[in-house]
Amino acid sequence: MARMKFLCDAERCIECNGCVTACKQENEVPWGVNRRRVVTINDGIVGAEKSISVACMHCSDAPCMAVCPVDCFYKTEDGVVLHDKDLCIGCGYCFYACPFGAPQFPQAGAFGLRGKMDKCTFCAGGPEPDRSEAEFKKYGRNRLSEGKLPACAEMCSTKALLGGDGDVIADIYRDRVVHRGKGSEVWGWGTAYGPGKPGAQPPAQQPSRGRS
Amino acid sequence: MIRVLLLIALFGLAACAERDQVADFKKGKYQGKPDTPPWDSAPLAYGGKWTKGDRASWENQIKTRQLGQNEDVRINQ
Repeated sequence: MARMKFLCDAERCIECNGCVTACKQENEVPWGVNRRRVVTINDGIVGAEKSISVACMHCSDAPCMAVCPVDCFYKTEDGVVLHDKDLCIGCGYCFYACPFGAPQFPQAGAFGLRGKMDKCTFCAGGPEPDRSEAEFKKYGRNRLSEGKLPACAEMCSTKALLGGDGDVIADIYRDRVVHRGKGSEVWGWGTAYGPGKPGAQPPAQQPSRGRS
Repeated sequence: MIRVLLLIALFGLAACAERDQVADFKKGKYQGKPDTPPWDSAPLAYGGKWTKGDRASWENQIKTRQLGQNEDVRINQ
């Protein structure tokens, strides 16, 4: 049985926000709602800047499920945490409980009106009929029922963001860490273009690290 | 002396009767509409291949897709 998870490799994420854009476009997420976002620490400090893409982590013991007063959350057989928007009352408890700030609330009206909760669905839609218009309008596209993975992970240009069964993506990540070495080999000339031919132009020298 | 020891034993054992301080939360039950699993949908013409309703074949399709994320394999093969 699969346990669908996301894994973001902070060594590879270049803060391009391609995952955010892919999610927005694929699910037609309204303004003000960000199902996925990129968080950067040590911004601007050479060598210390790290970025990571964050959305709903589809927790095994999800705190949003535990605190929901109307029990609108459920977990699919693949471990994806979803919710029924017809039941949601927009109270915001799930937002306070979530350690990742995943639940989002559209604010379409005046006076800080809080709409029904919206969050990453792992591109698995919701409890409406699969691939129906109602499902798309409420939850976005159901890519899992099309045999595909979430758009954010599949669109990631550096493959920093991996999505899928926890065991499989952990194997990919482990394999990557073992092979990539360190320094410029993490992501650069050798990985992108291979070892090169004899007599070819050598890759540019790496600039010295640290602040000047 | 024996009374003192008995008193100590009595107070010592009293701790064994301490109440559990960890709350036993009652889990809620999903109240919404039932959802259909993704393998119950027929594959699209341009998508992957699996048999409608067969979970194992759908999982194979998804696994192929997952392994496609490993660009090290794609590049070095």
